Amino acid sequence: MQHYSVMSLARNAFSRHQGWQQAWRSPDLKKEYDVVIIGGGGHGLATAYYLAKEQGISNVAVIEAGWIGGGNTGRNTSVVRSNYLFPESAKFYDFSLKLFEGMSRELNFNVMLRQAGMVSLLHSRHDVEAMRRNLNAMHMNGIDADWIDADEVARLAPGINRSPAARYPILGGIVQKRGGIARHDGVAWGYARAADALGVDIIQQCAVTGFDIRNGRLRGVETTCGRITTGKAAIAVAGHSSVLAGMAGFRLPVTSMALQACVSEPLKPVFDATILSPSAGIYISQSDKGEMIMGGGLDMYPSYAQRGNIATLEGVIAGVVEIFPRLSRVKLMRQWAGIVDIVHDSSPIIGLTPVKGLYINCGFGTGGFKATPAGGWTLAYTVAHNRPHPLNEPFTLKRFETGAFIDEMGAAGISH
Amino acid sequence: MMTITCPWCGKRRENEFTYGGPVPLARPDNRGDISDKAWAEYLFMRDNVKGIARERWCHSHGCGQWFTMRRDTVTHKIHSIEKTGDAGEP
Repeated sequence: MQHYSVMSLARNAFSRHQGWQQAWRSPDLKKEYDVVIIGGGGHGLATAYYLAKEQGISNVAVIEAGWIGGGNTGRNTSVVRSNYLFPESAKFYDFSLKLFEGMSRELNFNVMLRQAGMVSLLHSRHDVEAMRRNLNAMHMNGIDADWIDADEVARLAPGINRSPAARYPILGGIVQKRGGIARHDGVAWGYARAADALGVDIIQQCAVTGFDIRNGRLRGVETTCGRITTGKAAIAVAGHSSVLAGMAGFRLPVTSMALQACVSEPLKPVFDATILSPSAGIYISQSDKGEMIMGGGLDMYPSYAQRGNIATLEGVIAGVVEIFPRLSRVKLMRQWAGIVDIVHDSSPIIGLTPVKGLYINCGFGTGGFKATPAGGWTLAYTVAHNRPHPLNEPFTLKRFETGAFIDEMGAAGISH
Repeated sequence: MMTITCPWCGKRRENEFTYGGPVPLARPDNRGDISDKAWAEYLFMRDNVKGIARERWCHSHGCGQWFTMRRDTVTHKIHSIEKTGDAGEP
């Protein structure tokens, strides 16, 4: 792998930037791999990287039906945070945030992590009571979070609606200062480049068409590029998890729905933090390019369409304009949707499946990006050892039979 | 934006309606001695169809009646709408 540094930039400048290598190879698919990873999004690529780096398994293929990072990895609003309610989630998501904090150095790829804070707004006495409880839970779990008053909110979010007549008056907020945003494409590209350097084959434009399962054990994966013999495969395909599980003969507790986001035209710096209003059902941050990135709740019915409906978008925009009236005349530039995998308790599924040798990472729903490193790290461990790591032990398919749910509906931020 | 034809009220915008789950989804009869696995199958496991799915919908901001719709989850094209009970399912 060609090392990226100030020196390499200077060196290549003298050769008119003709000396840069491709960031990763485009190899031919081999007939046999130790592990096949289905899905070349952030989670799949991270899984491949940690399999090679941490578990010493580098004879690995990542199979992607489209192009890497072209699904939800490139469609999310790039928020990272770990302000969850329950100890299991706090451990998992904070491990993820810590991996984000070291990611640019570890991958030698700038993922542009900006820890400018994640602010949850409190608009009513009930918000205040509920969030005091959440704040205490976070402190018990060792997560950094602070109580801030309305003046401090206004300092972090200039232009916020402080009118006494506001539909959503600002009573205060809680802030996780380590929260923020990262460049989502950069995360996919960084993991792809680092995994490739460790010997992983990344195969794009290659869709899985079926599984070869004999006596309940995986023997191979059928793809549009031919059959692959393998004893182990891992599914990391978010909204299409049920389709892949169907090919392997089992069902998942997942419903696929569209989650929308939109960006405005680029503006001069407005604010640094990510601002979330659970009551208005919106969150907003500003990208390094200056676009205001906005999102809200799900389109509340099953969909594989990768496009959102206007009614939900209208609701999000109305909420944004209520909280930040000065943005009312800003033009929208783009609007899109990703298909997310919704689970009843808003917690992910990372673990074994009913098919021996087949593993799954799904159910991240509306919050998969922030979990990219931890999702990949724990799935790699699970594949290598054929059992979950203590970090993902609470997040397996078992909980749907035992009833040991981890209901993070509240900490998901927006009520969907 | 889908336009959904309520069997009682006629054509309305989709935001008058609420999705109410897949069809069929029958509650098991033998609830006293059913295994945890079978109960989880009923409560949580879903076909999550990519393509034409049968779904329960409610005209929640209209007449409040439930009906059954066959809808393509990829294109959002609506193939048929029936009053609940007409199709003979529970």
